[in-house]
Amino acid sequence: MTQPIIQLSGVDKFYGDFQALSQIDLDIRTGEFFSLLGPSGCGKTTLLRSIAGFETPSAGSLHIDGKSMDGVPANKRPTNMVFQSYAIFPHMSVAENVAYGLKARRLPKAEIQERVSEAISMVGLQGFDSRASHALSGGQRQRVALARALVLKPRVLLLDEPLSALDKKMREQMQSELRRLQRAVGITFVLVTHDQEEALTMSDRIAVMFDGKIAQVATPQMLYGKPSSRRVGNFIGMMNFLEAELLGTSGQTVEVDVQSLGRLTLPLSQAPGGVDGCQSVGIRPEMLTILAEGQTAEREIEAVVSEVFYYGDMTYYDVTLLQKDAPVTVTMRNTAGRKVLAAGDTARVGWSPVSLLLLR
Amino acid sequence: MMRGKGYFFKWYVALFLVFLYAPAILLPVFAFNDSSIVSFPLKGFTTKWFEVLQSTEALHVAVRNSLMIAVTTAIFSTLFGVLAARASTRFAFPARRSIMGFIMLPMVLPEIIIGVSLLVVIIQLGFELSLFTIILGHILICTPFCIAILSSAFMNLDRSLEEASIDLGQTRWNTFWMVIFPLVMPGIVASLLIAFTISLDEFIIAFFLAGTEPTLPVYIWGQLRFPQKLPSLMALGTLLLVLSISLLLLADYFRRRGLKKTGIENSGGFL
Amino acid sequence: MVLISPTLVFTLLMLAVPLIMVLALSFWTQSYLTLDRSFSLENYKTAWTEPMYQYLMARSLKISIFVTALTVLLAYPVAYFISFHVTPKRKAMWIFLITIPFWTSYLMRIFLWKVILGYNGVVNGSLMGLGLIEQPLSFILYNQNAVVLTLAHSWVPFAILPIFVALERVDRSLIEAAEDLGDNRLRRFLRVTLPLSMPGVIAATIIVFIPTIGDYVTPRLVGGPNGLMISNIIELQFKKANNAPLGAALAVSAMAIVTCVTLVFVWMNRKFMRGPK
Repeated sequence: MTQPIIQLSGVDKFYGDFQALSQIDLDIRTGEFFSLLGPSGCGKTTLLRSIAGFETPSAGSLHIDGKSMDGVPANKRPTNMVFQSYAIFPHMSVAENVAYGLKARRLPKAEIQERVSEAISMVGLQGFDSRASHALSGGQRQRVALARALVLKPRVLLLDEPLSALDKKMREQMQSELRRLQRAVGITFVLVTHDQEEALTMSDRIAVMFDGKIAQVATPQMLYGKPSSRRVGNFIGMMNFLEAELLGTSGQTVEVDVQSLGRLTLPLSQAPGGVDGCQSVGIRPEMLTILAEGQTAEREIEAVVSEVFYYGDMTYYDVTLLQKDAPVTVTMRNTAGRKVLAAGDTARVGWSPVSLLLLR
Repeated sequence: MMRGKGYFFKWYVALFLVFLYAPAILLPVFAFNDSSIVSFPLKGFTTKWFEVLQSTEALHVAVRNSLMIAVTTAIFSTLFGVLAARASTRFAFPARRSIMGFIMLPMVLPEIIIGVSLLVVIIQLGFELSLFTIILGHILICTPFCIAILSSAFMNLDRSLEEASIDLGQTRWNTFWMVIFPLVMPGIVASLLIAFTISLDEFIIAFFLAGTEPTLPVYIWGQLRFPQKLPSLMALGTLLLVLSISLLLLADYFRRRGLKKTGIENSGGFL
Repeated sequence: MVLISPTLVFTLLMLAVPLIMVLALSFWTQSYLTLDRSFSLENYKTAWTEPMYQYLMARSLKISIFVTALTVLLAYPVAYFISFHVTPKRKAMWIFLITIPFWTSYLMRIFLWKVILGYNGVVNGSLMGLGLIEQPLSFILYNQNAVVLTLAHSWVPFAILPIFVALERVDRSLIEAAEDLGDNRLRRFLRVTLPLSMPGVIAATIIVFIPTIGDYVTPRLVGGPNGLMISNIIELQFKKANNAPLGAALAVSAMAIVTCVTLVFVWMNRKFMRGPK
């Protein structure tokens, strides 16, 4: 495997008494689309700004491309940034904005011109060269910010919540465009976001952060399918939790007593964060099924529907599993002929032990 | 219908504007009135009072003094203003609030107190009263106004613009000249114009600190005692009014341009 | 810290040092041209017990309070009009309109009130022309009324601005909520708009009160012998009477009074700002 482009080890950052980053160890691979995901205040932006050189870590080391970044200022690092506010220079035109970094490098005029127009067309802004930047829409400003950073051919492009200022439709369009752009230029992208859907759809790998610490680093499928803790599972998508009591491990299996579901033997692979200290079992709402009349499942349990949320393509049911009164949510696709239940109806809920995760 | 919302207010505000503008409107009226007494009824149109101004040598000296003081004051108070505004909006330093409060103090202190205290120092230290001492006093009172204008210019500046410039490989020094300076330039021009206008019209401090050389307001004060000089003073006042308003409009124009440049919605006027 | 230093050093040298020297001077005594630098409270004794100074100080305070009250009362409806009855696009223009007269030459502006209020002035001329009065009114110039009116005119733009800003900050939906809950227009104003704009009113009060008590030109031009204020006597001590220490003591005393009154207002402002929340 090739050397990681960014290597962080033991990075701490303190603001007075407040610890924004704590013992961050992270490798980001060359050419990947990497996301830092977490709720606001989790330290993801601080981490990104430390890589860019706008924050100096209190401890630990940071290497980019194998070189230590100790004492290297932001303007000497092989990284460029797309800011949350885009930070488009308001007194310059689109082309002047894009040319800014090249001019700082004192490249010959002809080369600057060529690279600027190349970058502008790469982000689909042909013909906007001389447009005043305050006359641009949000999506266009975003493209200018991208072109301005990419024109310098950085080793790493850092993106700080680049889509948060856009409306929903624009955001979805830019998601696929960012992905396409990243494949086209082959530059490592590091994206900061609090939007789990955004991270899942765009990234090769994601680091989930809570309280200044990295909770899990994994591919989107692993993160969703095998979250390492209850907190990660709850942050990425929806997850139902049932109380569970560990009865003992033997070889490659673990025996648990789960609320409402009873005694089960699960393989160790279904405890992705390790078995020790696990007190609950998680299951995704789409892994549960409301069984229609005559339909059967591997395992079944009686339940009462307490609330129904109809979304058109989907219906979300809040149901209470009988015997132990455990509340769970079940999501069902509204296929032709399937009856939508009402609150108060009884239902049979189908489930399977393979979709259970033992979590801390 | 007529008793709709705001009926009372329209009348009140109309009367208020008459009250507010009464002196400003009378000024040109008497400046062009062909009578050596400043009172009604009017006697006919003349421009002779403006010609009198042209031939009054003492007035010219006072104008030159005032212009020199106002230009110097504008430059130095804007310079002090830029430093203070940049420091207070961008950097944290110990006791920032107290320090800024102290620097802004001349804005609310009665001018007579400033005039008296500067007079005391200058006499105690044995300095001569001169135009220079007036300049010092004027810089003191204009700086807070400059800081107020410049702070809003610096505050409107998105901090990530500076970071973006550095991130794109530019040095801190070049960033200041290529990004920050052009964006706060309208604020700087507005600050220069405001300080110039305030200094040009300031009387109390100049009155206390003027030695043998009068400023324009000190000259006017001296002339107000002579009834025969009044019509030409009205003409002078008219010219000053036109000058002040032009400068203000100019300052406001630059302020608006600054807002437009940074893409911020215009809200409110000066101060 | 380095950036702020030049401005700070200048203000220290030009403001703090002079103020301290005035304070020092007020404890010294002067007879003719010799200055006695031994500590003495003689000047303060004179300033606070001599009936003339007592009387002038009280009058200055009274005039300032009248001016402040009149100015705020005049200003509030105007600020209210601009905030509530002017379309947002026009607001900046209105504020500009209000501030223009302020940029007329300060001396000229005050002098013109003399012309307006004088024996043969605009007011008397028009009233006689309309046949409302037969003799010119003499109680409108060269007295305290004239001083109050002229000062109010000078400072009213400065009272309008903070009140306007405070009114602009009043969330319009709060007023609608009050209407929805059954308050009529007057009660809405008294129970919602007025209390929420109080910080602006108090700011206006401070902004007008402090400079008016130290005004020199207005009493001299339109006040007549009975309209003189404390700053006129301070100037007299420093210049003609040549008793700078007494002048300094008077100045320090006036400052002390202004500071006390201002602190009361600042304290009130804090109380309002905190509110019952």
